[in-house]
Amino acid sequence: MKKHITIIGATSAIATSVAKRYIQENPHHHLTLISRSLPKLETLKADLSIRGGLHIDIDTQLTPKEPIDVLLIATGTIDDQDVQDCIDVNFTHIAVQLQKLIPFFEKQQHGSIAVIGSVAGDRGRQSNYVYGSAKAGLERYLEGLRHHFAPHKVHVLCIKPGFVDTPMTASFKKGLLWATPDTIAKGILKAIQKKKSTVYLPGFWKGIMFIIKNIPEAIFHKTKL
Amino acid sequence: MWSSWGRPYNIETPLKSFDLTRPITSQFLAIGNRRSYGDSCLITHGQGYDMLHHNHFLEFNPQTGLLKAQAGILFSEILTLCVPKGWFLPVTPGTKWVTLGGAIANDIHGKNHHQVGTIGNFIPRFGLWRPDTGEITCSPTQETDLFRATIGGLGLTGIITWAEIQLIPIQSAHLNVEWLQFSGIDAFLELTKDSQNYPYTVAWLDCSHKTKGNATARGVFIRGTHAVETQNIASLRLIPHTEKSKTIPLDMPSQLLNPLTVSLFNTLYYHKQITAKKQLLQHYDPFFYPLDHLNNWNKLYGKNGFYQYQCVIPFKDGKKHLQEMLNLIANSGFASSLSVLKTFGSIPSPGLLSFPQEGITLCLDFANRGDKTHTLFIQLDAIVLAAKGRLYPAKDATMSPETFKTCYPNWKEFSRYKHPQITSDFWERVTQ
Ligand SMILES: Cc1cc2nc3c(=O)[nH]c(=O)nc-3n(C[C@H](O)[C@H](O)[C@H](O)COP(=O)(O)OP(=O)(O)OC[C@H]3O[C@@H](n4cnc5c(N)ncnc54)[C@H](O)[C@@H]3O)c2cc1C
Ligand SMILES: NC(=O)c1ccc[n+]([C@@H]2O[C@H](COP(=O)([O-])OP(=O)(O)OC[C@H]3O[C@@H](n4cnc5c(N)ncnc54)[C@H](OP(=O)(O)O)[C@@H]3O)[C@@H](O)[C@H]2O)c1
Repeated sequence: MKKHITIIGATSAIATSVAKRYIQENPHHHLTLISRSLPKLETLKADLSIRGGLHIDIDTQLTPKEPIDVLLIATGTIDDQDVQDCIDVNFTHIAVQLQKLIPFFEKQQHGSIAVIGSVAGDRGRQSNYVYGSAKAGLERYLEGLRHHFAPHKVHVLCIKPGFVDTPMTASFKKGLLWATPDTIAKGILKAIQKKKSTVYLPGFWKGIMFIIKNIPEAIFHKTKL
Repeated sequence: MWSSWGRPYNIETPLKSFDLTRPITSQFLAIGNRRSYGDSCLITHGQGYDMLHHNHFLEFNPQTGLLKAQAGILFSEILTLCVPKGWFLPVTPGTKWVTLGGAIANDIHGKNHHQVGTIGNFIPRFGLWRPDTGEITCSPTQETDLFRATIGGLGLTGIITWAEIQLIPIQSAHLNVEWLQFSGIDAFLELTKDSQNYPYTVAWLDCSHKTKGNATARGVFIRGTHAVETQNIASLRLIPHTEKSKTIPLDMPSQLLNPLTVSLFNTLYYHKQITAKKQLLQHYDPFFYPLDHLNNWNKLYGKNGFYQYQCVIPFKDGKKHLQEMLNLIANSGFASSLSVLKTFGSIPSPGLLSFPQEGITLCLDFANRGDKTHTLFIQLDAIVLAAKGRLYPAKDATMSPETFKTCYPNWKEFSRYKHPQITSDFWERVTQ
């Protein structure tokens, strides 16, 4: 079946992998790709067209005209030097934008809204609690939005990846727990299709975060996590 | 913390993802997929820019096979796109996990060097970003000096942002392959001569085997051609490789690769074929990339890492010098598990610092045993220099400045095009 997939933050490595997977699934899917940088979008469009994509639109702003089957939001930054900016990009801008889209989705009475959160939102940790708290806020927001949309047959998904090898994490030392953007993309498509509410990707993060969440504070404070 | 494929040592300054929209101020170096073994893709005094996410296809003409892509694209991705459309890489190394930019910066060679030369011959144009000029286009008719200096230029002239590559047509994803046992350098050279019409030739060598103190130079000669339409149906299908491969979870204890295991490995490979000659139809993946089956086989060598040693020596007196090297290696007890022997043809390499020149190339792995290994390399280097040969910077971590300058007399001319803001540990070592 031909779908209309809209991606905000389409230049993100994870989002790009999602777009590639949708094109692989069906080159006729309609992709609307949104990001702040038009030159990057043009390059992305060229790439996806060469990979077979037949119907790709790009824009710097989302102005929905036709029904959206899947809306993916992938913008995010771990850079918390500017605290305000970190909270804005990871939480405020996304919540504001989604609030504005509520009437549109209420009207169309279907579709999936999938937003990339993070395992970092599961527990506040000295290493990245500004980013983590914004992602935690995002998850609570999505929880509420899901409740709001329950009567409208609109599906809301919070995606919680662990470590993913992307430009955002170029400076990190990579190891066994790391996944490729394509592995995450595969999980995202599956979670959307199965209409899940939240998903840890890869799945083993569910267990890891269960343990991390349950470590008593007295012990937790002795760690450098 | 990161390193190169041979893991000679670690770099502490974290990598940054290359992004033209963010300014570059410090000393820097473009970093590909770090499949170089030594220190040519390492930078201690400056910032490494990871190119791997700069990996989009830009233009592709399925009629002519001309592909334009950003430099961080992996060969594996190019194959996935192009094989189903009947196109193949014109030159490929022994792993498909290298970037286009990294391949150009080392002017890499493949099993078809004797017929087509290096990859530089298939790069009509590329974009080069330099801090002062921004992105410029280089080709045999534009910025010709930078074109010549950047091919094989070890990343030191600028960041290759995109490149065009001329692919070659194939009718099948398979190859017709022949395995032939041989013993002795003469037999190898004879087979090489007989196989000039085969596009791909290479030999695996057992470097540990010796008779009366002399290396036997026994091995398996492999030659192949792309399968064609007239052959059976299965060979016809243009199915690319799958990305499945096994991963070794942790560093293996380095004792695992002692001379005994190495010798065992080689003997197994040698006797795998029951007869002296064997013919098979092989997919391009096992034919070109047998080692990719194990994703991170470099960890087999343990935490100390390992070295790869690759040289080329001219045909003139080549046999004598090669025998000398093989004797030295066989008697050292540091036998290498993977030894490859191949001949380079006469097609000139386009780069100022390109490695390939006509002659015999030998390529071996050595576990890092510190001074003992270094002493062996110094002895081998001396033979290479006496033979008027040279060493491959993509593999090297130890050659002296004198050796480098003798192998690459063009280095002085090259220095004029090297950008002052770019450096690498290799360059600092060999020009000190
Ligand atoms: C199993 C195996 C088999 C191999 N077989 C062969 C073979 O048969 N023939 C052969 O020739 N080589 C072979 N190699 C070596 C390999 O092909 C080269 O080292 C290749 O250059 C690695 O590419 P990379 O993307 O990993 O680059 P890196 O190793 O990361 O970098 C290599 C060089 O390219 C530069 N560079 C990277 N990207 C750019 C860019 N965008 N712009 C400018 N400079 C850049 C770096 O600064 C560095 O100097 C083999 C390696 C392995 C591991
Ligand atoms: N990588 C991980 O380990 C990991 C783990 C958990 C969650 N995540 C989440 O996954 C999502 C995708 O990230 P990624 O890993 O794919 O990284 P990425 O490739 O760096 O993508 C980040 C995306 O966010 C956009 N962005 C960043 N700052 C912005 C700003 N100030 N305004 C507007 N857009 C901005 C970027 O746009 P430009 O291209 O224009 O810069 C890009 O599209 C993010 O929400 C991230 O938090 C990642």
